[in-house]
Amino acid sequence: MRTTIRQGLLLDPATGGEQVADLHIADGIVAGVGTAPTGFAPERVIDAAGLAVSPGLVDLAVRLREPGFEHRASLDSELAAAVAGGITAVACPPDMDPPLDEPGLVEMLTRRAAAVGLARVHPLGALTQGLAGEKLAGLVELARAGCVGFSQGDGAVGDSATLLRALKYAATFDLPVWMSPRDASLMRLGVAHEGEVATRLGLPGVPALAETLAVSALLLIARETGVALHLCRLSVGESVEMVRQARARGQAVTCDVSSHHLHLSEMDIGYFDTNCRLSPPLRSLRDRDALVAGVADGTVDAICSDHSPVNEDGKELPFSEADPGASGLETLLSLTLMRSGDAGLAAKLAPVTVGPARVLRLPVPRLELGAVADICVFDPDAWWRVQPADFVSRGRNTPFAGYELRGRVRYCLVGGRVVHGD
Amino acid sequence: MQSNPQLGPNGELRHLLSIEGLPRDVLRHILDTAASFVSVTEREIKKVPLLRGKSVFNLFFEPSTRTRTTFEIAAKRLSADVVNLNIATSSQTKGETLLDTVANLSAMHADMFVVRHASSGAPYLIARHVAPEIHVINAGDGRHAHPTQGLLDVYTIRHYKGDFTGLTVAIVGDVLHSRVARSEIHALSILGVPEIRVIGPRTLMPAEVERLGVRVFHNMEEGLRGVDVVMMLRLQNERMNGALLPSAGEYFRTYGLTPQRLALARPDAIVMHPGPMNRGVEIDSAVADGAQSVILPQVTFGIAVRMAVMAILAGNG
Repeated sequence: MRTTIRQGLLLDPATGGEQVADLHIADGIVAGVGTAPTGFAPERVIDAAGLAVSPGLVDLAVRLREPGFEHRASLDSELAAAVAGGITAVACPPDMDPPLDEPGLVEMLTRRAAAVGLARVHPLGALTQGLAGEKLAGLVELARAGCVGFSQGDGAVGDSATLLRALKYAATFDLPVWMSPRDASLMRLGVAHEGEVATRLGLPGVPALAETLAVSALLLIARETGVALHLCRLSVGESVEMVRQARARGQAVTCDVSSHHLHLSEMDIGYFDTNCRLSPPLRSLRDRDALVAGVADGTVDAICSDHSPVNEDGKELPFSEADPGASGLETLLSLTLMRSGDAGLAAKLAPVTVGPARVLRLPVPRLELGAVADICVFDPDAWWRVQPADFVSRGRNTPFAGYELRGRVRYCLVGGRVVHGD
Repeated sequence: MQSNPQLGPNGELRHLLSIEGLPRDVLRHILDTAASFVSVTEREIKKVPLLRGKSVFNLFFEPSTRTRTTFEIAAKRLSADVVNLNIATSSQTKGETLLDTVANLSAMHADMFVVRHASSGAPYLIARHVAPEIHVINAGDGRHAHPTQGLLDVYTIRHYKGDFTGLTVAIVGDVLHSRVARSEIHALSILGVPEIRVIGPRTLMPAEVERLGVRVFHNMEEGLRGVDVVMMLRLQNERMNGALLPSAGEYFRTYGLTPQRLALARPDAIVMHPGPMNRGVEIDSAVADGAQSVILPQVTFGIAVRMAVMAILAGNG
C-alpha cells in the first residue's frame, strides 16, 4: 500500500520543527518527505491541507481490561478508541485478572493485540507474582515474552525488603521498573485529596504524603540499586520537585502525569461528581500548576491518558463507593495541546511522542525517511464537544463531558495502514 | 461541573441536602416557619393538615433511632403518611443498588425521601435521579452534612440569644468525622456569627478546616474563653481507643466539658449537644444537666424545624 499525505503541516516534536510538505508512505514506512521517490505512484492520497501531521501518540498508561474485566471493555473496543485518539502505541499495566505474571499470558495478549491490528500494545509485566507484593515474578522470562517494564499496577510492594530485592533483581538485567508511588496505608485513608474540598464535602482524605513518601523511598532505593525507575502518574507538586532534584544530582529517573491531572483539581469534584473520582486523587490547584510546570521544563517526560474504562454502575454510586478512573484515550490529544504554556504545536506534542518513546526505549518518533509510518493527522483548530455517548471506548466515564476541546483527529495510520478516518 | 442540585430555577428550595450555599433568606425563612410550628407542638391537638395525603419515606441506610423518630413525628404532625424503611438491614444486603432501591420506592408514589446514609454525598445521588416532584431531605450523610441538625442548632441559639451578629461560638470535639459540625459551621457563618471556633486535637481536625471560616484551637481552656455558645460533638465509640486518641479518659481530661472549664465562657453561655451524649467522655453530667444546658430544648425545637423544612419543600411554608 502506497499512500501520500498531501500538504500537511509536518511536525517534529523532537526539535519543535514544523514544515508544510507531502509525506509519502510505502510498505509501512516513510518513503519520502517532500519529494516522492522515483516512480512513486500512490494508491491513496489524503488531503491534509490545513491539517497537522505528527508521529502517532504513545500512551504510557492504558487499561485494556482484558482479560478479566470484559464487562468494562475489551481489546477490540479500547484499541479502536486509541487510534480514534491518534494513539498508535500503548503501554498497559499488568493489573488484569489474572495479572500478567506468566509469559503465556503476555504472549496471549500480544497475539490478541496483533490480531486486532490497531494500536501497538507494549505490555508491562507484574513485578511480583499475582501482584501480591511478596514473591518476584519471572522478570527475565516475561521480558523475553515481550514485557517492556515491570510494575505493581496501582498497588505498592508489600514491604521495603521485598521492594529492595525486586529492584536489585530488575537492575541486574537492566529491566525498567515502573512504579505508581503510593504508600499503601496512607492511600487507604481516603478517596479525595486531603484538603479544602474533602473537608467541605466530608470525604475521607488522602494526604499528599501518601505519594511523596513513596517517591522519596523509591528514589533512594533506585539510586542504591541502579535500577531504571519510571514513576507513574505523579499528582503532587512536591513529587515533581523531588524528581527534578534527583535528576540534578545525576540520577536517571523518568516520570509521567495523567492528562486529567494537568487540567483538573479537587475543585472539580463539585457536588460529588464521581467522574472526578480518580486514583491518585485530583489534587490542589497548586499541585496542578506544578505538574504543568514540570511538563514545561521537561522534568515530566510524558503525559499519559491513564485510561481506565469504568461501566456506568461503577460510577452511579456515592463518591466513596464509586470505582476510580476515567476514560482518557479520546481526549489525550486535545488535553495535551490545550495545556497552558507558549510552546508551539510540535513542541507541545513531545510529551505524548518523544518523551514516552524514550521511556519505552523506542527510537525517537519522527517523520523521516525509513521511519515506521505510525502517524496521527489532526485538525489543530477544530473545536469539538465531548459527548461520552459518542466515544469509541466502552468507558464513557470522563470528567470532561460537555467540555469544548480543541484538536480533532482526522486520520490515524499504524504501519502505513489507515486504521482510523475512513 | 454540575449545578447546585438543591435549588430550583428560581432559587426556591427543591431539596435540603446541605446548608452550604443556601441564601441567608432561605435559612431565616425556615427558622421563622419553625417558630410558628413550635406553638403547634405545644397545643393539645398537635396536628396541622399541610401535608395531608402526602407520603414521606424515611430511608435509613444507616441505623438511627433519634433522628428517624423526630422526622417521623414532624411528618405526622403535618398529617403526612410516614413509611419507615431501615434499609441497612434489608434490600442493600441483598445486593440491590442504592438507585434501584430509590427507583422502586419512587414507583410507590413517595412525595418526600428523608435519607440517612453512611457515605458522604449519597443524598445528592438520589436527588439527581428522582422525579422532579419528589423532594429529598438529607438526614445525615457520612461526614458531610446533617442540615436539619444545623438548623435546629441555630434555631436554639436564636431562641436564647436573639441575634447572631455579636456572638462567639465554640464547636468542641471530633470535627473531622462530624457532619453535624460542618452543618453548624455553614449555618452560623451564613447567619453572620463573627467568630466561630473549633476546638480539638489535631488528629480530629480536618485538613485546611480554617478555610471554612473558623478559628482553630487545640487548647480547650483557650478556646472556651469568653464564648457565648458551646456546641459539643459526640465522640464515636470507635474513635476512643486507637490511632486518633489514646483513651476516653485522656480525652475527657483534655477536652471534656467540666463546670470548671465552662466557667471560662461567658456567664450566660449556653451548652448544646446533638445527642446521644457520652457522659464522662465529652461532657460532665454536672454540665449536661446544669442550668446552662439547652440540650433537651434542642430536641423539641428539632421537631418544629423538621416540620418547617418539610412544609417549605412541599410548597406550604
